Amino acid sequence: MDMIDYTMIWAVIIAFGVIMYVLLDGFDLGVGILYPFAPNEDSRDVMMNTVAPFWDGNETWLVLGGAGLLGAFPLVYSVLLPALYLGVFLLLAGLIFRGVAFEFRFKAAPAQKRYWSISFAIGSAVAALAQGIVVGAYIQGFETENFAYVGGAFDWLTPFSVLTGIGLVLGYALLGSTWIIMKTEGEVQEWAYRIAPKLLAGVLGVFVIISFWTPLVDEFVRDRWFSNLFVIWLLPAGALGCAYLILQAINRRNEGIPFVATMGLFVFTYLGLLASKWPYVVPPDYTLYDAASARESQAFLLIGVLFVVPVVLAYTAWTYWVFRGKVRLGEGYH
Amino acid sequence: MELDPLLLSRIQFAFVVSFHAIFPVFTIGLASYVALLEGLHFKTGNPAWAKLSRFWTKVFAVAFGMGVVSGIVMSFQFGTNWSNFSQASANFLGPVLSYEVVTAFFLEAAFLGVLLFGRDKVPRGTHLFAALMVAVGTFISAFWILAANSWMHTPAGVEFQDGMLHVRSWTEAIFNPSFPYRFAHMAVASFLTGSFVVAGVSAWYLLKGHMVEANRKALSMCLWMILILAPAQAVIGDFHGLNTLEYQPTKVAAMEGNWERQAGAPLLLFALPDQEAQTNRFEVGIPNLASIILTKSADGVVPGITEAAVDEQPPVAIVFWTFRIMVGLGFAMIAFGIWGLVLRLRGKLYRPGLFHRALPLMIAAPFIAVVAGWFTTESGRAPWLVYGMISFSEGLTPSLSGAMALTSLIGYMLVYAVVYTAGGYYMWQLVKGGMDDAEPGADEVGAHPKRPMSAGGPIGDASPAAPTGRDWT
Ligand code: HDD
Ligand code: HEM
Ligand code: HEM
Repeated sequence: MDMIDYTMIWAVIIAFGVIMYVLLDGFDLGVGILYPFAPNEDSRDVMMNTVAPFWDGNETWLVLGGAGLLGAFPLVYSVLLPALYLGVFLLLAGLIFRGVAFEFRFKAAPAQKRYWSISFAIGSAVAALAQGIVVGAYIQGFETENFAYVGGAFDWLTPFSVLTGIGLVLGYALLGSTWIIMKTEGEVQEWAYRIAPKLLAGVLGVFVIISFWTPLVDEFVRDRWFSNLFVIWLLPAGALGCAYLILQAINRRNEGIPFVATMGLFVFTYLGLLASKWPYVVPPDYTLYDAASARESQAFLLIGVLFVVPVVLAYTAWTYWVFRGKVRLGEGYH
Repeated sequence: MELDPLLLSRIQFAFVVSFHAIFPVFTIGLASYVALLEGLHFKTGNPAWAKLSRFWTKVFAVAFGMGVVSGIVMSFQFGTNWSNFSQASANFLGPVLSYEVVTAFFLEAAFLGVLLFGRDKVPRGTHLFAALMVAVGTFISAFWILAANSWMHTPAGVEFQDGMLHVRSWTEAIFNPSFPYRFAHMAVASFLTGSFVVAGVSAWYLLKGHMVEANRKALSMCLWMILILAPAQAVIGDFHGLNTLEYQPTKVAAMEGNWERQAGAPLLLFALPDQEAQTNRFEVGIPNLASIILTKSADGVVPGITEAAVDEQPPVAIVFWTFRIMVGLGFAMIAFGIWGLVLRLRGKLYRPGLFHRALPLMIAAPFIAVVAGWFTTESGRAPWLVYGMISFSEGLTPSLSGAMALTSLIGYMLVYAVVYTAGGYYMWQLVKGGMDDAEPGADEVGAHPKRPMSAGGPIGDASPAAPTGRDWT
């Protein structure tokens, strides 16, 4: 039994959970980010209803990320959250305002409905921005001493992290727009076809700047990128390939491929980030193994996860199947 | 003025968790009720059950949404404000909270979508199944979170090793000594909450002569529940107290307001505990009753608060008074159960009267009792986060400054003020709008516009005739 490297297994599980969160909540946050730009109020109704049955399940992956880190890599949990204290507050406030909008917006009297549209849009944008800033802050690393965060209240807020924040907002919006292409038709879909290439251009722009900037803020990444590890260059190449696919599919008015290819873009970028930092999980000082919880805890949780998560994936897939197909205006979901 | 991050974090935690707590107790109870209604409709085909189910599902949707967003806040509070505690207890709390996510939260969330939006997309049996899964999910969730919380009160199965707690026995840690009592007490509290809300609303509808058949059924069901569960809750509470007497004697002393260890302790009905003077300033009590309750003997010995060092005592006044509020409301609930039974036996249960006017007021009672109960439990644990092992100050995040804590505290208060005021308002609108807002003509202006596609969408609007596509901006 001692041969099993639980820590490594857990690293894979957590990495999987995070990307699941990014992809799933990414598209519904993206729908929120695009809200103010929608052609009209009818489109907003449709847009919200494309995600209404799913958003809670999607957000649960974030909760799993939090609890899973506490269970498998407590040091990450207990350093990142204090380090990002005020950012975490913004993230949560954003999630609150967008989460309640799903129910409140349709219950509101006509005159108040606008406020919940705004709440949905701003809440989504703030949550996405905060998540992107977390990525930037993570790349920069955290000041720690003796397994605890010792930096200041605003260390996470730098021009670099704001840029990664904007990058993620654009990325989620792209994911949202391609989701809308897949799930709607007519005017809304036409509008989504028009904005998706613009968003893609924005994402790629930020992507390029970050790629030049990152080696400058982080020596470790610089060494990794320009060392003999050439495979790492395959990942951005994959991302660019996905970008090309998205454009092509949009030109051909294909409905499904843009969304799938955008997910691919995210996956490649994410793998690139992981490969750049590996095996540091609380950069710059602590690795996976420093951050791990006790062996017996990792083992205890692993048993459950191996049995339960496949079931979770199955019934989650089933709900997506139940609500498959196009969402039309006025075609109730109840 | 020096801002104390510890005090501010405690206030913040108490604030956000109290807000969160009132939604679970309601949604746990209501989820089971909705599942029951769906089942009855499935079996009998009586449309009255369908009416009730649709209506209460709408209320449930709003409450659940607010429960979810406040719950997400909770899962990060441990890390942001209590990072040392998180780090030290992660080996136990981490797996337990993760199990809660994979076994409960995903289940609730996925099937909630089908419950709320799938009525016309899946067969009726599948819809019933979804309702059942949501209800089961809420219980699994309560199981894990109460295991975590009970363990903090009566830690078992763990030992310290290099500053971190390591689990020696998972069964001992999960099924720790106070867990069965807390779980039972909370489960019954949830059913009582659901029952009082539904009973209150049904009684109010009966007063107005609204949907009489359905609401009579609902009222009758809930009153049976209350009649049985309210006394049961008192019994469970008594056992819970005895368990606490064994493991946290100081807490029980504070609940009783008993400063010195003594035999034949009175049950205090009223007192003004004075922590500085280490005594009560004014007392009204029933002789020997506390001893009888706690030791089952008139001259049994009851522990005193002063047996703990002054800086290891809980805030006595809070524990003492919140406990009385909870128990007082518990007895009021028992009284309502009996009152309902008397009316029923006299055949007057459905005749609008004082009872029906009083019931809506009782809607607040279980919520207040729940929050009061948690204040008793949690304040009574002070100064320990994990009883006897980790104190509040040891658990605090070291990098947290007073200014940061104050910022987030004010932030949460503002956010919650806006969101929960709105939520309460919409729930009130739902109830006020009645159960039949779907009938043609309900599309009048006012609080009830056609809402073709929300979970709370009106009943029956799947018909193609339902007007849609109005522009409300
Ligand atoms: C006895 C019940 C109970 C108690 C004491 C708590 N919760 Fe809770 N929680 C629930 C019962 C519940 C629930 C019934 O499962 C909820 C309530 C409403 C809902 O939507 O699900 C929920 C929702 C909920 C969610 C959102 C789940 C989702 O995404 O669907 C999170 C993250 C938490 N809770 C976390 C916590 C934490 C960290 C707590 C500790 C302080 C806590 N809850 C106390
Ligand atoms: C859901 C219902 C709950 C309510 C209403 C509640 C209420 C409270 C209150 C009022 C305090 C403050 C005590 C004081 O400072 O004097 C507190 C403290 C605390 N509770 Fe709970 N609690 C609940 C559940 C839980 C659960 C399930 C956990 C853990 C798994 C938990 C963990 C804590 C912690 C860590 C503290 C210390 C922080 C503090 O002092 O405020 N609580 N709780
Ligand atoms: C009527 C008699 C009741 C008695 C004797 C009683 C007894 C108790 C005791 C002794 C505790 C403290 C447990 C500890 O030491 O930590 C407690 C906690 C609590 N009570 Fe009650 N209770 C009663 C009624 C109620 C009612 C009616 C409700 C709500 C509907 C309620 C909800 C709670 C909650 C939520 C807690 C905190 C969680 C827990 O520790 O179980 N109680 N109760």
